[in-house]
Amino acid sequence: MQRGDSLNSPFVPFSPNPSIQQGTPTSTPPLKHTLSSSTSSNLRYSSSRKSIYDRHLNRSQRSELSKASFAFLFGEMVQYAQKRVNGITDLEKKLNLHGYSIGQRLLELLLWREGRGAKRETRILGILQFITTTVYRSIFNKPADGLEKSRDNEDEYMLIDNDPMVNSYISVPKEMSQLNCAAFVAGIIEAVLDGCLFPGRVTAHSVPTEQLPAKTVFLIKFDESVIERESVLG
Amino acid sequence: MSFYFAIVGTKDNPIYEAEFGTSKQGGDGVARFREEQRSMNQFIVHSSLDIVEEVQWATPTMYMKCVDKFNNLQVSCFLTAGNIKFLLLHDQKADDAIRQFFTDVYDLYTKTLMNPFYEVDMRITSGVFDGKVKQAAKKYL
Repeated sequence: MQRGDSLNSPFVPFSPNPSIQQGTPTSTPPLKHTLSSSTSSNLRYSSSRKSIYDRHLNRSQRSELSKASFAFLFGEMVQYAQKRVNGITDLEKKLNLHGYSIGQRLLELLLWREGRGAKRETRILGILQFITTTVYRSIFNKPADGLEKSRDNEDEYMLIDNDPMVNSYISVPKEMSQLNCAAFVAGIIEAVLDGCLFPGRVTAHSVPTEQLPAKTVFLIKFDESVIERESVLG
Repeated sequence: MSFYFAIVGTKDNPIYEAEFGTSKQGGDGVARFREEQRSMNQFIVHSSLDIVEEVQWATPTMYMKCVDKFNNLQVSCFLTAGNIKFLLLHDQKADDAIRQFFTDVYDLYTKTLMNPFYEVDMRITSGVFDGKVKQAAKKYL
């Protein structure tokens, strides 16, 4: 079962990106071939001849989205995922996947918007601070509430959010109390980390306290290769 | 002055490639590589990927100037946030012009990525993208 067996497929079968389905590997057609066939017009152009390349990337920078529309969309997203899975871990995985594709795009967009002096992050602390401030501010308009390093494990870090916006209109029944829909945001964080070559797993855990009943901790567990590299870099 | 440009994805897979010549000083914008040289271009660019991967941890900048030399050809590299490599094979130094070209292509790549149907590591087959890259090449190189 593969998307696009034809020679014109732009689809590359091997990828670490979990949102691409695994299929049996086929030989990838030479690039020149794909490019020339794109000029044959089974492509439909909009009548004003405008494409996405004509939109400016800063156009949506200052625009805001109403919380209600997002809550509606997110609620539908959770319901959609729930119908197609059996089990809480699968549901969280699906939400993680949704967030993953957003995170990939957000990473590139945010660094592009920084302009000429943009710097890629090469250290763990750097990338975590980037996520806590820049990424969080661009999605939720406020930085995350805390960043901690685990005392027991070298490779675990915790990002704290006192009230994740995505959970504000989601009510979880008692039988599914382990579910935390902030798995969506965990997916975004995981994609940003993967894109900068800090592979790992990010999971969302609810740790309700008296004053903050919706407090969520994102547990970030890096792969060994990251810790090794970090120690080599000093 | 001829250029060979390639965009390489996170799995060392080619996403896009193009050849052009310089349009400055009376050049007509057509690449002039000798036939044997042409088939070597891909290999040279591919072998410089190793060096890029080493250098990328030493510096936080996105534009790394010349990372590799082969005979009389140089490979310059631009690394995006998502670890996509833009590699340009050229025979003369032109740091500033190349940097502006890379910045333009970075803008185009980010716009391509904004397409929800485009996944990271997919080939770029859009004719519009191709046209805009060639336009940028004509403008800066």
